[in-house]
Amino acid sequence: DKTRRSLINQLRSIVGQGPLNQEAVLEIEALLLQADVGVEATDEIISRLQNKLREETLPPDQAIAYLKSILRDMLDRPGGQAYDPLFMPEKDRLNIWLITGVNGAGKTTTIGKLAHISQKSGYRTLIAAADTFRAAAVEQVKVWGQRSGTEAIANPGKNTDPAAVVFDAIAAAQSRNTELLLVDTAGRLQNKKNLMEELSKIRRIIDKKAPEAHVESLLVLDATLGQNGLRQAEVFSQAAKLSGVVLTKLDGTAKGGVALAVVQQLGLPIRFIGAGEGIEDLRPFSSYEFVEALISG
Amino acid sequence: MFDALADRLESAWKKLRGQDKISEANIKEALREVRRALLEADANLQVVKEFVSEVEKKALGAEVIAGVRPDQQFIKIVHDELVEVMGEANVPLAHADTAPTIVLMAGLQGTGKTTASAKLALHLRKLERSCMLVATDVYRPAAIDQLLALGQQINIPVFEMGSDADPVEIARQGVERARAEGVDTVIIDTAGRLQIDQDMMAELARIKETVQPNETLLVVDAMTGQEAATLTRTFHDQIGITGAILTKMDGDSRGGAALSVRQISGQPIKFIGVGEKVEALQPFYPDRMASRILGMGDVLTLVEKA
Ligand SMILES: Nc1nc2c(ncn2[C@@H]2O[C@H](COP(=O)(O)OP(=O)(O)OP(=O)(O)O)[C@@H](O)[C@H]2O)c(=O)[nH]1
Ligand SMILES: Nc1nc2c(ncn2[C@@H]2O[C@H](COP(=O)(O)OP(=O)(O)OP(=O)(O)O)[C@@H](O)[C@H]2O)c(=O)[nH]1
Ligand SMILES: [Mg+2]
Ligand SMILES: [Mg+2]
Repeated sequence: DKTRRSLINQLRSIVGQGPLNQEAVLEIEALLLQADVGVEATDEIISRLQNKLREETLPPDQAIAYLKSILRDMLDRPGGQAYDPLFMPEKDRLNIWLITGVNGAGKTTTIGKLAHISQKSGYRTLIAAADTFRAAAVEQVKVWGQRSGTEAIANPGKNTDPAAVVFDAIAAAQSRNTELLLVDTAGRLQNKKNLMEELSKIRRIIDKKAPEAHVESLLVLDATLGQNGLRQAEVFSQAAKLSGVVLTKLDGTAKGGVALAVVQQLGLPIRFIGAGEGIEDLRPFSSYEFVEALISG
Repeated sequence: MFDALADRLESAWKKLRGQDKISEANIKEALREVRRALLEADANLQVVKEFVSEVEKKALGAEVIAGVRPDQQFIKIVHDELVEVMGEANVPLAHADTAPTIVLMAGLQGTGKTTASAKLALHLRKLERSCMLVATDVYRPAAIDQLLALGQQINIPVFEMGSDADPVEIARQGVERARAEGVDTVIIDTAGRLQIDQDMMAELARIKETVQPNETLLVVDAMTGQEAATLTRTFHDQIGITGAILTKMDGDSRGGAALSVRQISGQPIKFIGVGEKVEALQPFYPDRMASRILGMGDVLTLVEKA
């Protein structure tokens, strides 16, 4: 990863004054592409940087600082709109957080971590174990429930309708004055029509059965994902009315750059970062940290 | 979301009306399009660079074929090169002279190792090879339950020692049991791990050292981005892999990770996972993969016929 570490030094030697020369452009382009930012978003970021440098001459470290500010701005204003960076359940009312994503992205683990934070913060919390499909999915989320002292509502039958589990869990949440209901769903690839329809149904049940609730619908994206992440966000947005993104596995070396494109194109803010398999390994999203890691390695 | 490469190449060539031969001057834009298409398919940047320069060499040296437009000829060169890089034919799973054949599964978290272990067992049983699964993931909650449930579904025995035992010891005893029972192939499922997690990588190295597997398969998610190159390199350098399984191919990812895995490890991709069910495993075919990465259909048959 010497590309990343020494980007500023390399640029210092190749950037003249004024617009970036070809070599410098290639350097920055490589950095962004290797972080999975994608060809299109990378082109756009570079052209914004170039435009700035045509207006005023900047020394290399200032050019890099400007590049970072472009990226932070993309993340802080999803789809060009400002949003409230504070993200937590509202006290004394039912909040339902629907957690969705493709197979193996980290949904169940994220539920476990969220339940832990929620309990620690004093919210009455409940889990809906609505992955009724994958082998031992219910057992897995139950272990996470035990770790955080959270009950998981499950249906003892195998291959039951997940919407029915959600229905039961909402009823339980309503009768117990639960403040945060976390809904774990089965992993599904976005090109599976029937599975996406199943997800829409779950979302409809939530809206119908709990009209009083504040609902957040979060897509879990694995940081090692490539450009398919964009497609995932598009289709899950439709089916589950997404309101945000959780980016997992950022404790690896992958930068999760596709999330930039997701934020930009779908206007969805990133809410949490998963950085490990432990119960404490979930953090609120910070555009500063994300961009520093992306650019500086 | 993506334009097929074929369309893009055609339009790149249209700008050069009247030129019916591939030349250094007119190939530039076409090469740029190939580079873009591969990057959009998530092939690794370094891998793409090498690949494109190889394509350039071959294209410039190519004979003109009568009746074939240069863009069509060019795309065939790209496709053939891709197939060549990914290994011409399908490579089956190893079969040891003396049983049991030992297969070790490895990979990042959530890629599909446990599912692939069960799929492989079912696949082998259909070939009349008896199997045993070994559960060494003592970390992920309910990982052992997951393998037990899968084993039960397909009626394949699962060896486990609970989640307090040492994974190396579980693997060792699992293989011993398989040998004692005369099982043909023993498949060792392992916990997901990051390639930068030194303790976990050392554990995997110890498992490998202890059981001396005939196959060490890297399980890679077909949706993986640039990271596919880095993780393959580290797993191959530190553990040594003999092949790979590309999972979640039933999705709509272009699967450029396949190119990185093959190019960097030099080892063949042996199977693809095409669904969550235990039957959803297929042999890997390089030519199909090449077409998928490039997003192309009938151009090839066109050229083939000419
Ligand atoms: N390193 C790391 N691993 C993670 C992180 N989040 C989840 N994992 C691991 O990723 C794997 C898959 O996580 P799960 O939570 O089961 O993912 P899922 O999305 O619920 O999977 P399905 O329900 O099968 O679709 C597990 O091994 C987790 O321990 C993270 O932030 N970092
Ligand atoms: N659609 C699809 N899903 C798959 C495929 N292979 C595995 N999965 C799903 O991907 C998720 C993760 O699979 P696992 O087998 O648990 O992955 P793993 O590598 O064992 O995960 P860890 O042990 O946590 O590292 C599950 O939801 C599987 O059902 C596949 O080929 N297609
Ligand atoms: Mg899950
Ligand atoms: Mg597993």
